Amino acid sequence: MGGDLKDGRIVIVGASLAGLRAAEKLREEGFTGSLTVVGDEPHPPYDRPPLSKQVLLGQAAPRSTGLPMRLDPQVDWRLGVRATGLDPIGKRVLLADGEPLPYDRLLIATGTRARPWPNPQEAALDGVFTLRTREDATGLAERLAAGPRRVLVIGGGFTGSEIASACRERGLDVTVTERGPAPLIGALGGTLSKLAAAMHRNHGVDLRCGVTVTALRGDAAGRFTGADLSDGSRLEADVCVAALGAVRNVEWLAEAGLAAGPRGIACDAGCRAFNMYGIVTDDVFVAGDVSRFPHPLFGYQLLSLEHWGNAVAQAEVAAHNMVSPGPLRRPHLALPTFWSTQFGLNIKSVGVPTFSDQVVIAQGTLEERRLAMVYGYQGRVTAAVTVNMAKSLEYYQHLIETAAPFPPAPGASDRPLAAEVPIPSDVPDPKGLSHGPTVALTGHLPDRRLTVVPTAG
Amino acid sequence: MRVVVDLTRCQGYAQCVFLAPEVFQLHGEEGLLYNPAVPDEQLERVRQAAAACPVQAILLGAEVNPDGR
Amino acid sequence: MPADTLLQRITDYASRPDPYPLYAELRQAGPVVRQTDGSYLVGTYHEITALLHDPRFSADPRSRTTASGEERKPPFLRLDDPEHHRLRTLTMRPFGPPHSPGRVDGMREEIARATGELLDGLGDRTQVDVVDDFAYPLPVMVICRLLGVPREDEPRFRQWSDALVAAADIRPGEDTSTERDQEGERARVAMGQYLVNLAEQRRGHPTGDMLSAFVNEPDPALRLTPEELAENCVLLLIAGHETTVNLITNGVLTLLRHPDQLDRLRRDPGLLPAAVEELLRYEPPVQMRQRIPLADIDIAGTTIPKGSSVVLALASGNRDPKRFHDPDRFDPTRTDNQHLGFGSGIHLCYGAPLARIEAQTALGALIPRLGAATLLQDPPPYRQAAMLRGPRHLPVQF
Repeated sequence: MGGDLKDGRIVIVGASLAGLRAAEKLREEGFTGSLTVVGDEPHPPYDRPPLSKQVLLGQAAPRSTGLPMRLDPQVDWRLGVRATGLDPIGKRVLLADGEPLPYDRLLIATGTRARPWPNPQEAALDGVFTLRTREDATGLAERLAAGPRRVLVIGGGFTGSEIASACRERGLDVTVTERGPAPLIGALGGTLSKLAAAMHRNHGVDLRCGVTVTALRGDAAGRFTGADLSDGSRLEADVCVAALGAVRNVEWLAEAGLAAGPRGIACDAGCRAFNMYGIVTDDVFVAGDVSRFPHPLFGYQLLSLEHWGNAVAQAEVAAHNMVSPGPLRRPHLALPTFWSTQFGLNIKSVGVPTFSDQVVIAQGTLEERRLAMVYGYQGRVTAAVTVNMAKSLEYYQHLIETAAPFPPAPGASDRPLAAEVPIPSDVPDPKGLSHGPTVALTGHLPDRRLTVVPTAG
Repeated sequence: MRVVVDLTRCQGYAQCVFLAPEVFQLHGEEGLLYNPAVPDEQLERVRQAAAACPVQAILLGAEVNPDGR
Repeated sequence: MPADTLLQRITDYASRPDPYPLYAELRQAGPVVRQTDGSYLVGTYHEITALLHDPRFSADPRSRTTASGEERKPPFLRLDDPEHHRLRTLTMRPFGPPHSPGRVDGMREEIARATGELLDGLGDRTQVDVVDDFAYPLPVMVICRLLGVPREDEPRFRQWSDALVAAADIRPGEDTSTERDQEGERARVAMGQYLVNLAEQRRGHPTGDMLSAFVNEPDPALRLTPEELAENCVLLLIAGHETTVNLITNGVLTLLRHPDQLDRLRRDPGLLPAAVEELLRYEPPVQMRQRIPLADIDIAGTTIPKGSSVVLALASGNRDPKRFHDPDRFDPTRTDNQHLGFGSGIHLCYGAPLARIEAQTALGALIPRLGAATLLQDPPPYRQAAMLRGPRHLPVQF
């Protein structure tokens, strides 16, 4: 059995981070069969996080972010080719051009795309961008380098905030509109969103919360000139970036009979996809942003993540399981972790901050812009976010993994008085925001579990 | 050659910035930015930085060449 | 032998040449082993890293329940956040990123030149003491240059340094008011005074070194007090002085004990950075660190009481088979080498990048000559200290 699994035909759909790391891992695990990777973008796998940071700052070229290989996985790369469908009975991937691709085992790693501005005519105006691909970054970086009078960023999530930060660092005027009460609130909750808002404003961002953009305006030549806001005001700008979160690339699976929907493709802890009857498949695996997977630390609810680290970790587990017989398969149990660099702050998160009812600042202070915030749900630690205190994150990760009691035990030398006072985590319903969390629980009652538990004593 | 840093692992020790300051930079106190396309004359320094990383988060390697199979 | 005397046996001078079997015994008995004197010893990798990242573990000797009431504020190495962070950040300003990112990189040429001069100075001699002739003078030259200390004063602070290292060593069961401690205290005061005087001479006349940067800082909020300057510059001078010498010496010793690996490095100098990391794992100059819990802390089934003394055996963690494959093998091609040679967490060695460049340069220059070299004494005579462990002399025949 083991011998068969190391041979045969494996197809990976998706040629980004998860697809590349899965291909490498398959070879590291001794897979000697044929390996084909299909990607709809024409480029070899490239890294996306620098696109909203170094690239917009003009410190790195958009073409420079190609991902290094750990080893050459000896892949037949089908780049610039879109997968259009899946025939799970005939075991074939249908392609936009040419012959269907037969497989013995399939890994789906199609990821997400930027959610476009909802009005297609307005979205097509010259100067209106989203930021996800190399082409997006090339166009946007060019416009920023040309010195626009004002940039409008719609959405105060991580991407929107990083874009605004880069604009300010380049000395460009920038307006951020956010439908919710503050930036990052959907991902980090109330307290840190107030810090985020202060950082925006201290750095000269024209931050407008509780406001939506109702229309984008263009001139006769089709160039973006400004926007109408829901408070009746009108804004003039030369560049607009819609940072409205991500859409999962699952449309091509509409007829495939898999448990695929707007929140991704459901899979088990071993990365095997579920079909629409909730039966686990044995030859279709899922990894990266397009997956939804159960996590024991978060009530076995299905997690949807848009995190770099998860793409790597899950791809490796999926690859291992694709070439390993049942008893040797591993679960994907890595804790969600992400980072963002904006306005000179390094924000790192572990666990699921939205899976919380209370928070405390366990180390440091908001005033110093250096702190560790710990999130709890029903008396246990479920997440932690550090601001310029990344070396502490490992400790809190251990607390989450061991379901340690919340609030965390005292003793830290830099524990502030505020650590005595857990406060509501104040995570709003994502429906009311321009941005979503980059980690979401998508099981039963996914986004509403905000019963505040009063502190004992 | 290309470099990528697993910033999920990075804890901001900045050892790479000391050893290859032309490629790696701190943004604020601990955020790390870097030039993913390593110029040839910086390769030796980046190799040193990768070896020195206290959390082994730096990967230096060739980019995929889709035609070079 | 019972595990509760392990710290005593590890620190016993007779164990200096090879403490590693005792570390194996410690891991076997561990992860956390209480000692007869009431202290705790930890020797397993995962527990050590967990404790080094635990904000409830203090590096400040004043946190001890048996603290002698000494009120002096120690240097940042023995302070906790937030004060540790403030002082480490301030002292980092003229040394490293974000304010001086190119400082250490900019010393490469000078380090290479000094290395060349030392090697040239050996001439045709066939017998060399690697410590006195090479591994000691190089880091001393570098740290003096960096801080702005005249080299001709070196004999003075070598004495102070010896006294300070002896006083700071781990000595189980000994109380803290011995002759050795008083001598260390006198050395610390004298050295601090010396450095403050030197710095004062640079006020208004900066000479491009760190002492000049400290006294000429224009922003009052970023200035060190004279006491802070004394404490922290003593730390930098001692640390820059006492650890890299052991790293280089251990490197020569280890390579001469592993001729196959020496040969490999001679053929492929590109392995040198990884080889230095492997040395830091295999023979770390800093073998142990001390910590004090600020609350009762449960770890691996043991409760360590608040205020007790905890010794983290970094060198033992580096040999933990639960973390490193074949840990007692010296393998310069080892991947995934996340060693504890420089510690981990907020106190990770401040001078690590400098030590790395010095060790790579020194060993890189010496390796071509080591092919026909032999150790004249194996094991070599060791220095007294258990915590900062290294040979006193390393006589080699070329």
